[in-house]
Amino acid sequence: MLDNSEEYVTEDGRKIGGVVMEMKNITLRFGGVVAIKDISFDIREGEIRAIIGPNGAGKSSMLNVISGFYVPQEGEVWFHGSKRPPMRPYDVARQGIARTFQNIALFEGMSVLDNVMTGRLNYMKTNILQQAIWRGKAEAEETKNREAVEKMIDFLEIQHIRKTPVSRLPYGLKKRVELARALAAEPKLLLLDEPMAGMNVEEKEDMSRFILDVNDEFGTTIALIEHDMGVVMDLSDRVVVMDYGKKIGDGTPHEVRNNQEVIDAYLGVSHD
Amino acid sequence: MFYREAGDFKVSYRDDSQTFPIKFDRYRYYVVLAVAFGIIPFIINDYWANALLLPFLIYAIAAIGLNILVGYCGQVSLGTGGFMAVGAYACYKLMTAFPDVSMFIHVLLAGGITAIVGVLFGLPSLRIKGFYLAVATLAAQFFLVWLFNRVPWFYNYSASGQINAPERDVFGIIITGPNAPAWATYLFCLIFLTLCAILARNLTRGTTGRTWMAIRDMDIAAEIIGVNPLKAKLTAFAVSSFFVGIAGALFFAVYLGAVEVGEVFGIQKSFLVLFMVIIGGLGSIFGSFAGAAFLVLLPVVLKVVGVDVLGWPTDIVAHLQLVIVGALIVMFLILEPHGLAQLWRVAKEKLRLWPFPH
Repeated sequence: MLDNSEEYVTEDGRKIGGVVMEMKNITLRFGGVVAIKDISFDIREGEIRAIIGPNGAGKSSMLNVISGFYVPQEGEVWFHGSKRPPMRPYDVARQGIARTFQNIALFEGMSVLDNVMTGRLNYMKTNILQQAIWRGKAEAEETKNREAVEKMIDFLEIQHIRKTPVSRLPYGLKKRVELARALAAEPKLLLLDEPMAGMNVEEKEDMSRFILDVNDEFGTTIALIEHDMGVVMDLSDRVVVMDYGKKIGDGTPHEVRNNQEVIDAYLGVSHD
Repeated sequence: MFYREAGDFKVSYRDDSQTFPIKFDRYRYYVVLAVAFGIIPFIINDYWANALLLPFLIYAIAAIGLNILVGYCGQVSLGTGGFMAVGAYACYKLMTAFPDVSMFIHVLLAGGITAIVGVLFGLPSLRIKGFYLAVATLAAQFFLVWLFNRVPWFYNYSASGQINAPERDVFGIIITGPNAPAWATYLFCLIFLTLCAILARNLTRGTTGRTWMAIRDMDIAAEIIGVNPLKAKLTAFAVSSFFVGIAGALFFAVYLGAVEVGEVFGIQKSFLVLFMVIIGGLGSIFGSFAGAAFLVLLPVVLKVVGVDVLGWPTDIVAHLQLVIVGALIVMFLILEPHGLAQLWRVAKEKLRLWPFPH
């Protein structure tokens, strides 16, 4: 049984809630390659949970398991106190899990506004006939969701480009638009796959601020993968460390930093 | 300078999401509608209707339909001719089985039947993409034409194997058959085109259109943010086939009157409509109009210029037309993959600043 009631206090004194998602003994194989080997960890309500590890450690695969893109061969995914059956990614999205991608996965042919509006898909209830007629229900729904989307556009400071086709935007802005699209879904759990990859220091600071603000203002639970250790240690409440598909560390940033296995994985260890 | 949006502020999201957010565009649209409905029917004659207006209106409907599938949802289809044939034969069977029912209903039902057939042939799109899907729809094209040729029930066991549109009316005005007046056939097609264009626009600017475009641009990401790919692709096939079916029904019943399926709805028709969509602009309703107008007008203009003005022999002009269309398609694919619609967009952006671009 999951214990949802337990309060947890992080090392900098922040209180975070009970467990919202628990991965139990997850094993994921691609043919003979074992991408994830028997990993268990949990994500608590309102926390920022980082997944780190060297290249090829299986971090992105882990995120793909959470978002339903891969179905693990063994193990269970528990979300909000119930076991999640294997389901298609769009059903996972409906449960309130949104994500961004390592290589930006925006819809290049659409405007920023349309991209962010796609994030609201799960709130769209009108059928195709009502939409074809437009007047009435579909229009009202569009306007209502547009308001929610504009809030996110406002929040992420991308008002000036809302009508611009995404393909014309620079990299940093695209990352922000992608975050806006994920946030527009008002997710319970937000997965960020390397939100700061390829950014300069300034952009990283901006993005870090946005992530903290999201967590703070909307209370969104966030799980993120990141390579910049400084960012990870500053942002996250708890950290999972993976290496070669195995979990080698789990705990607060401080604990993880002093974990011998983690140090070995990152700095290498002599085999003599 | 003369095209501007300055000072045209929106105070509600509703205003901002309308079809023509800029006043200039909106009034131009009203003017076009007024001319099309209020003036042209009074000055139209048989030559204009049959040479230009009817084919333009009908091809525009087909192009909108195909554009929804190829341009908005990214599913390549070479089966347009076959689906138009489904619309035509469905319309024919309905017209002969229920002679007293209004043509409006027949044409709409023909569209509906085509939508169902389109969904059936769209099922492979769930597994295959791109060229392979194109080949699968090509199979649909050949299968459907073969079916309508070989099963006599479809052409009511007529000796010639052709289908002929009997005389039918709408509210007492004859629409089909040789006695139909030009203005009536024109208005009938125009009403369908207007309705189709408005429906297509409403669908593409709303949720459905966004799911289609999401599938087109990146299907994996679309699925992860909550798009059901099965639903998105099949609705695209259904809506697209609905429009194409209406176009096929009109093409047979109103425009030609008599059809031999292999000749009229063969693979050339599929390519012609596809060319319209490519030249006009993928993913643009306006582009469908532009492409249809372009490919309908081009032969007429070439004929007028070549035969009447320059006095060249007719067959040379006809061959020249093939060369020019081919060259234009290659040119468009290389220079401007988004077609006439994109040229128009670029022109508008330039005009906003003209004559002071700096």
